[in-house]
Amino acid sequence: MATATAPAEPTAPAEPTVPGRNEHPLLMLTARRLGVGVVTLLVVSMIVFLATEVLPGNAAYAVLGRNANPARLHALERQLHLNQGLLSQYWTWLSGLFTGKLGASLANGQPVWGLAEPRLINSAVLVLVTGVIGTVVGVALGAIAALRKDSWFDHVTSVVALAVTSLPEFIVAIGLIILFSTVVLHLLPAVSLLPPGVYAWSQPELLILPVATLVIVIVPYIFRMMRAAMIEALESDYVEMARLKGVPEWRIVLGHALPNSIAPTIQVIGLNFLYLAGGVVVVEYVFNYPGIGQGLVFAVSNRDIPVIQFIVVVLAAFYVCVNIGSDVIALLATPRRRIPR
Amino acid sequence: MTGTAPVIPPAAPPPAVLTRRHPWLSVLWSAVRTPRGAAGLTMALLVVGVAVIGPAVSPHSPTDLVTLTFAKPSGQFPLGGDFLGRDVLSRVLNGGWLLLLMALAATAIGIVVGAAAGMSAAYLHGPPDGIIMRTVDVILAFPQLVFALLLLSLLGPKLWLIVLAVGLSHAPAVARVIRSATLDIAERDYVKVAELQGMRPAKVMAKEILPNLVTPLMVEAGLRLTYSIVIIAGLAFLGFGQPPPAANWGTMINENRIGLQLNPWAVIAPAVLIALLTIGTNTFTDAVARVTIGVDRRPEEAALLDDLGPEQA
Amino acid sequence: MPGHEHIRGPALRPGENEVRLDVRGLEVRLGQAGPDVVGDVSFTVEAGQVLGLVGESGSGKTTVVLALLGHARRGLRISSGEVRVDGVDLLRLPAAQLRAVRGARVAYVPQDPSAALNPALRVGTQLKEAIRVHPGAVEDPDGRIREVLQEAHLDSSPELLRRYPHQLSGGQQQRVGLAMAFACRPSLIVLDEPTTGLDVSTQRHVLDTIRSLCAAYGVAAVYVSHDLAVVGGLVSDVAVMYAGRIIEAGPTARVFGEPLHPYSRGLLSAVPSPAQATRLTGIDGQPPRPGRRPAGCSFAPRCGFATEECRSRQPEPVLIDARTVRCARVAQVRESSTGVAAALGHTVPAAEEVPVLSLRDVSAGYGRRPALSGIDLNVPAESCVAVVGESGSGKTTLARCIVGLHRNWTGDIRFEDAPLAASARDRPRQVLRRVQYVFQNPYTSLNPRKTVGQIVAQPLEEYLRLGHRERSQRAARALADVSLGADFLPRYPDQLSGGERQRVAIARALVAEPDLLICDEVTSALDVSVQAVIVELLRGLQADRRIAMIFITHNLALVRSIAQSVVVLRDGAVVESGPVGQVLDHPVDPYTARLMQDVPKLTRPGPPGTAQGATAAEPAAP
Repeated sequence: MATATAPAEPTAPAEPTVPGRNEHPLLMLTARRLGVGVVTLLVVSMIVFLATEVLPGNAAYAVLGRNANPARLHALERQLHLNQGLLSQYWTWLSGLFTGKLGASLANGQPVWGLAEPRLINSAVLVLVTGVIGTVVGVALGAIAALRKDSWFDHVTSVVALAVTSLPEFIVAIGLIILFSTVVLHLLPAVSLLPPGVYAWSQPELLILPVATLVIVIVPYIFRMMRAAMIEALESDYVEMARLKGVPEWRIVLGHALPNSIAPTIQVIGLNFLYLAGGVVVVEYVFNYPGIGQGLVFAVSNRDIPVIQFIVVVLAAFYVCVNIGSDVIALLATPRRRIPR
Repeated sequence: MTGTAPVIPPAAPPPAVLTRRHPWLSVLWSAVRTPRGAAGLTMALLVVGVAVIGPAVSPHSPTDLVTLTFAKPSGQFPLGGDFLGRDVLSRVLNGGWLLLLMALAATAIGIVVGAAAGMSAAYLHGPPDGIIMRTVDVILAFPQLVFALLLLSLLGPKLWLIVLAVGLSHAPAVARVIRSATLDIAERDYVKVAELQGMRPAKVMAKEILPNLVTPLMVEAGLRLTYSIVIIAGLAFLGFGQPPPAANWGTMINENRIGLQLNPWAVIAPAVLIALLTIGTNTFTDAVARVTIGVDRRPEEAALLDDLGPEQA
Repeated sequence: MPGHEHIRGPALRPGENEVRLDVRGLEVRLGQAGPDVVGDVSFTVEAGQVLGLVGESGSGKTTVVLALLGHARRGLRISSGEVRVDGVDLLRLPAAQLRAVRGARVAYVPQDPSAALNPALRVGTQLKEAIRVHPGAVEDPDGRIREVLQEAHLDSSPELLRRYPHQLSGGQQQRVGLAMAFACRPSLIVLDEPTTGLDVSTQRHVLDTIRSLCAAYGVAAVYVSHDLAVVGGLVSDVAVMYAGRIIEAGPTARVFGEPLHPYSRGLLSAVPSPAQATRLTGIDGQPPRPGRRPAGCSFAPRCGFATEECRSRQPEPVLIDARTVRCARVAQVRESSTGVAAALGHTVPAAEEVPVLSLRDVSAGYGRRPALSGIDLNVPAESCVAVVGESGSGKTTLARCIVGLHRNWTGDIRFEDAPLAASARDRPRQVLRRVQYVFQNPYTSLNPRKTVGQIVAQPLEEYLRLGHRERSQRAARALADVSLGADFLPRYPDQLSGGERQRVAIARALVAEPDLLICDEVTSALDVSVQAVIVELLRGLQADRRIAMIFITHNLALVRSIAQSVVVLRDGAVVESGPVGQVLDHPVDPYTARLMQDVPKLTRPGPPGTAQGATAAEPAAP
């Protein structure tokens, strides 16, 4: 096999030996990520804020459009704090985020938080249920496919997974609607008739199709990663060594291959949660589901600036948290990075 | 006899699977010859054909009201009528070319901007790397769709804006992938050899690094194309596409949803076309990726496998 | 030589012990109906005996040794033969029983322990697992673990058991591998190059540990290696493999002392010696890959004794001079002389000439970590200086500072008495041209997207701005100088072998006619016979072109075959330097002395009857 008789000298050190610096990689990583996350959120908030102020012409005028007359313009300007300087507007808004004073929706005058809170919760339910089901199904299918590599099961699931990852989520949604609601079967409601402001669990059957859509969309990614990670573990040198030690196959799968497959899969699961932040927009729109995605679409159509600002910042915060979370969990699952030499 | 050093004839070369002068061409050709590659390319080309040739063979104008609302399919109108009474077949034939064009443009923008950023960040190290990658992190803090929606809400649903927004939203992901591929290549000894020959950084990037980035770039381009189609069609579905009454596959699915029970073909036809297109491009990209794993296999691995025979590959 | 007695204790004598391992007609193929990778392999090993299995890459030795556990790698299939351990044929056992045998009766010590230990599990878990999967093999598992760790010279405290593999050093990881193998007291141990990648002193300790464990337990062992010097001091019998077959097998003293197969001869004359300055001779060409092996003897294309009969029929093993040889022409080979390796004379350079390169008080580091401190070095004109050190000694850092790839250094580096800038970017092209560098890894130093012709001609374009035709001519000439024909010009690197690639790298370095050539471990990734060719090529080129050379290596044995003076590095500092004969024969510094002592040595085959005709490991009595 290898004929190299000595390892090449490293051109850069693997870990710095400055004492103390690398004692707690976990803490260091979390702290660093939190720092970056906070900065990112600040920048995002600034961009969102500035972007909404970049509207050609006066924001109030743009909103009122043809209904503008001097009195209304003036009132709206005051409501939007447009008569203050840019920086103080930003500060007002930013501090408002923390104190709960989010202003009022331009569409119907109601406080933003009152509109957003039930939507947030509904979307959270959707994301959580989808995430749990999708992760379990994806991990299980991926592990089975890896164990039965090159079998018919493996080929079929891999091809199906490839096809499904290519589809836009609204196509999947429409497909499910055609199958289960309107054309083929008539089992499930195509569109939820929940008025905004109501919590989703009051009518659970309305959750089924949206959840099914999102699960179908995310499972293939998790499946493929789990399969690839498991296969790599099963073909590794340490698994070969375990086989040569006489370790039975079940123990190899559970005790050797699985622990090494977790870390990369966690990161994909995290990525999929991130994806869901955007995916809910389309899915909620299709099924008329009263969540934050639908709220965003409405707000964009109505140029409802305070609502847009709030929802985008919430989504960005969700992104940052999921990023930090998945990195931390992946680090916990990799002793080599967690514990310094 | 052993011991002398005569001029050795080279061992018989292995059959050249790939033509060398243009590795990307040969990779594409190898991919087409795999079952996945052939299937994917066929699907995609089929839909592209419909989109490009469609307007020329469309039996009616896509905007004329020629039949009843949600009319069932008939001889004259094979796919029936839509929610206003227009011919679904004609609208389908006309509704694809713009989507394709926008997706290709967005992909091109994303690849060019992202690759330039990623390559520079990796090769130049230091401050440029930090700045570029922090920017990437910030942009990636937005879901692509939300980013596009945000821009559209502010500036109005202009088509060029959609292309720009989607293209720029691809750039960070491409930058990340290309940056990590470049980092890998820039550490290779042959790049250091070029530096020792006095080559300036720009020339090193162009002549040493870029030719080795061709294969990851191709795979990324394929992936980005698929996503571009998905997002642009999705935006059209949400109402952010061409203004009515233009025909657009994404918009058609949305506007004809209410009539699913009457004439489902107004929804099914454009949906199937979009699905075939995205499945086709993604499957072909997957075939390309599988071929390039062989091409870009790290040379030490390749040599080890050589010991056991070509079938090990 | 003390410390090199092979493992026969007084109670065990050859031929009187039970046969632990009996292999007959082992054959392994590629896939279901593919060509064979190894074939017609037969040997036996008795209790207490260590058999060395020697060969270069592609010889099939790892495949054979995995088959001793009934295992075949992905894509390979054990197609026929018998592997009997204590009388039981492993290849006929059902899966469950085979699993019970593995680890308990036959154990495997891996080549790369850092890859063979699961990075996600603690060391203690993996050790206990070796015992736990064989219930009943050991009465007191925890006690046994403590015991076997002590025998492997590891700290047996719970502290070690709680660690993860990446927290252990290379030597410690290898000892854990040994401990795992001996845990269940198997009858047969298979060791697959277990000291690769360890530095010389650690290697010496691990070999001693192996020796003592084998003696204590009376196990039979098969030791695979490509390093003949290591094997020569450890094993009593040796089998040499080539292209999937055993071509010579017998007592080590015989096979290494008077090799009879042409390949064995070539191999032994390629092994460098730390004790004598000899011209190395390699074997040109490459071994054939499975599926490409000729009909007759696989070595015939490279053999000076080959006849038509050799090329048409695979030779059968013949018993001659107390060993078996698979050669039809063995009688003729025996008659011809072994060919004593030519001694090299070393010229001592004139002291007054300005050295080509001089370093004064050079220090360098990575960030806050120091790598070199206070290096003083002179390279006289037209001579070769060897820089020797173990991993971590700073030798590659030194080379990179000299050439400007590593710019974080202080001190004074002068090329022909003109100071050099710290970074290659700041040096004028003509200075860059005159100092050339050859990298260690031939697989990453050539751009895979360029042809050999483009690679070799590139320096002419960058340094000398020559026209296309001039470049082509010079490139072809450069290739001829490294013994590659002009038909290599349009080839791409992945069509070349490791040795050929390294030659291309050398041609590239020499095409612009430098004055100083720096070779950084250029043969570490190559087989012994290829290494010999490259080293001899470099030596010849350096002498003919009268250029100066810095030859960096960790292999002390190579030094005499190429360099006139040597510098020994340790932890970033110069420990000793001077003419080769003086430093190696009469080392002043204890570190150098220890290195010379720990380096495995293989005595050269000499004319029969002289002291050189025997190896260090002589049986106690016939």
